[in-house]
Amino acid sequence: MAETVFAPWDDPNEKPLIRFQNVTKRFGEFVAIDDLTLDIFEREFFALLGPSGCGKTTMMRMLAGFETVSEGSIELAGQDIAAVPPNKRAVNMMFQSYALFPHLSVYENIAFGLRRGNMPKHDLDARVTEMLKLTRLEKFARRKPHQISGGQRQRVALARSLAKAPKLLLLDEPLGALDAKLRQATQFELMDIQEKTGTTFVIVTHDQEEAMTVASRVAVMDEGRVMQVATPERIYEAPESVYVADFIGDVNIVAGQSTPMGEDRYHISWAEGQQPLVAASDRPFTDGQSCHLAVRPEKIAISAERPADVDNAVQGKVLDIAYLGNLSTYYVELPGGQIIKSQTANTRRISRRTFTWEDTVWVSWTATAGVLLAQ
Amino acid sequence: MQRFVLIAIPYAWLLALFLIPFVIVFKISLSDIALAIPPYTPTLGDGVGPFFSALDFENFAFLASDDLYWKAYISSLRIAAISTILTLLVGYPIAYAMARAPEEWRPTLMMLVILPFWTSFLIRVYAWMGILSQEGFLNQFLLWAGLIDAPLTILNTTTAVYIGIVYTYVPFMILPIFAALDRLDGSLIEAAEDLGCSRLQAFWLVTIPLSKNGIIAGSFLVFIPALGEFVIPSLLGGSGTLMIGKVLWEEFFNNRDWPVASAVAVILLLILIIPIVLFQRNQQRQAEEEA
Amino acid sequence: MNRLSWFNVTSLTLGFAFLYLPMVILVLYSFNESKLVTVWAGFSTKWYGELLQNEAFLDAAWVTIKVAVISSTFATVLGTMAAYVLVRGGRFLGRTLFSGMIYAPLVMPEVITGLSLLLLFIGIGLDRGVLTIVLAHTTFSMCYVSVVVSSRLMTFDRSLEEAALDLGCSSFDAFRLVTLPIIAPAVISGWLLAFTLSLDDLVIASFTAGPSATTLPIKIFSAVRLGVSPEINALSTIMIGIVTVGVISASLISKRNSLRQQRDEQAAARTA
Repeated sequence: MAETVFAPWDDPNEKPLIRFQNVTKRFGEFVAIDDLTLDIFEREFFALLGPSGCGKTTMMRMLAGFETVSEGSIELAGQDIAAVPPNKRAVNMMFQSYALFPHLSVYENIAFGLRRGNMPKHDLDARVTEMLKLTRLEKFARRKPHQISGGQRQRVALARSLAKAPKLLLLDEPLGALDAKLRQATQFELMDIQEKTGTTFVIVTHDQEEAMTVASRVAVMDEGRVMQVATPERIYEAPESVYVADFIGDVNIVAGQSTPMGEDRYHISWAEGQQPLVAASDRPFTDGQSCHLAVRPEKIAISAERPADVDNAVQGKVLDIAYLGNLSTYYVELPGGQIIKSQTANTRRISRRTFTWEDTVWVSWTATAGVLLAQ
Repeated sequence: MQRFVLIAIPYAWLLALFLIPFVIVFKISLSDIALAIPPYTPTLGDGVGPFFSALDFENFAFLASDDLYWKAYISSLRIAAISTILTLLVGYPIAYAMARAPEEWRPTLMMLVILPFWTSFLIRVYAWMGILSQEGFLNQFLLWAGLIDAPLTILNTTTAVYIGIVYTYVPFMILPIFAALDRLDGSLIEAAEDLGCSRLQAFWLVTIPLSKNGIIAGSFLVFIPALGEFVIPSLLGGSGTLMIGKVLWEEFFNNRDWPVASAVAVILLLILIIPIVLFQRNQQRQAEEEA
Repeated sequence: MNRLSWFNVTSLTLGFAFLYLPMVILVLYSFNESKLVTVWAGFSTKWYGELLQNEAFLDAAWVTIKVAVISSTFATVLGTMAAYVLVRGGRFLGRTLFSGMIYAPLVMPEVITGLSLLLLFIGIGLDRGVLTIVLAHTTFSMCYVSVVVSSRLMTFDRSLEEAALDLGCSSFDAFRLVTLPIIAPAVISGWLLAFTLSLDDLVIASFTAGPSATTLPIKIFSAVRLGVSPEINALSTIMIGIVTVGVISASLISKRNSLRQQRDEQAAARTA
């Protein structure tokens, strides 16, 4: 089974499709991309995730050819593409605003790129029809962009950018303009089309759920640097920094000092007069090194009595309860003032809450539930 | 390469047909009148050295010494200023009423204000000649209504010039003020009234300050062209109406004194620079406020 | 807010009466039988007949239309280029001077523009005639065109051009196939504006016209200096009529188009 897992990034013999090498991009004084090195492999669905202004859009525009690189190089299939203008790159882009040509029909929009390449009429017609079919737009071929709905426009934009069968497709916030319900359905559609066409997709998004759902790997960016590149599971379960842990999903961060206890186990002293916390870590920490323990709220149990046989249990007081429908989050204040979030799934329809405000409770988790981070 | 051609063509055109002519005007304003063709000296045919040494500010000294000219400048400024105020007084209520009109009327009202723009300026001024003359429509109407006993002399007076300027330029005043008032959030007036303002106070304390930018823009748009106006004073004004545009025209076509005409133009430009710069600043500031 | 107060009704009524009454009176008197413009002597169209006999006016009208068509076409090409340079040109040497030269003619008194162009034409020994008027009109109306077109370009979604480049267009093709068709309405209104400015212009034409070519405004001006004449009233009526029909039909067309667009969009939203 191991061979069928798609993970070219773990294979040292695999050649990347795109290679960013020490790329820096400056706009005047402002450094948009700071000495960035990154490989993206063929057939990957790669997500650039970060808050606005983190440089993800600049990276995409450099790939498309709309921005030049200040330092370093970008290679596409082993060739430096710095000197290649956007209209000569085997890269197509799907714009955030879709950028559909309002004066052309859906058919002509999709055919637009093909017509630049002097494709024979018959082949062109066949290709456009294929694209219309792929995106379920056959009925709308003759309509103008303003005569179709937002979701349909999104699919036209996708079909148009895929029509030329690019080596690489760039998607700039492709689902940003859709409402939440449509977005979910479209996410799966995107994955489906990516798989069918075998095109490498690079998607820019600020929506972490979207990135986690669609991507084979996610690059979390901040202030022009890549903080971590990994599969969605690893980004979530094994973040490498407090920034990534905090950016993706909800997390409890407890700051303290480590004491090695052998066999990848550490004690963390975190508050005066409190038992040290126990945590497991592959990464080594020295004695007295300051560190952060990151634990996801759903991995923290809440109970009235101190549970037996757990690595960590701390007593506190319920400060707030957030009922989210499928989940409930308890905000528990510990004696030192630290607040720990504990999440429980509401698996039964009508059940009385066990705890209420001001209740004294125990929060507990295992040694492997959290990740120990240096920074 | 493409980009170079794209920039070069309009650039060269404007240099050749806008900037260089001004350099020539400036040069001729420093020349002397001559009974020759062209009717001024020196020309570059005289050689570069003598050419520059023959240029002087004599014409400007002449403009300063002859009170016809500075009276004409002062009078133009006064006429332009007074007509700007009159245009504001006429235009503001119209713009205000347009902004308060039902939403679906506004495009039509806008079109009605813009329509005269597309009609010949000359014809619009000419229309008033028939109305304002001794036996014209206005006098006939006033006599018939018994408001006056003898016809008034309006045509060929400065009053007629004021009427002409207000009439032809009022759309320039209405449009920017309307644009400002149209954007004004109606709940601001309601808030002011809720906080104890009377209608008039709310207008004075909220509406006027918030339409300030429109008022300023409109005033400049009237004042600047009115200052150099030629057609209106020459058709509606009398011999007593001194305006610099008319003086320049007569200096050029009737006296054929090109150097003095050029000097008049140079001074007019210098005077115009101040309101133009102020106007530009106002527009820029407004653009920044909106951004 | 739904009902206008008496004050607003009064200002609208008086305001529009002020704007339109003079022209209405002018039109009415063009149908007056009497030569005396101020005395109504019965309905007649004889002044229109006389106007059509007047060769000097017809010649001038022909020159004017010729000048207007040629100069507004040149002005549209140059003005659109200038607008593109202003909005998309990025930085280049002398950009400030360039934008100064675009905006200056809009506020320049016509007497100065006319005088300076005349002095140029005489300086380079160019005979005054149709050519010089065309050059002069092209110069000042290209600035109006570029203001109209550049305000459209500023709101133009740049990613449309980028999409065209991304799909393999050269930058010239991107302009030809994407930008130009989309900004076409602004370019057309720029042309119309240039055309009417040229039709209207008296002052600049007076400076740059020679004895061989006289435009209609110059003719009208020299006629009306002597006083009101019924023939000029008839001519004015024709011009007002053409403009009114033109502007109203243009705005009706654009209104119909935007209504259709709105309807289409609503229909698309419903079927989604």
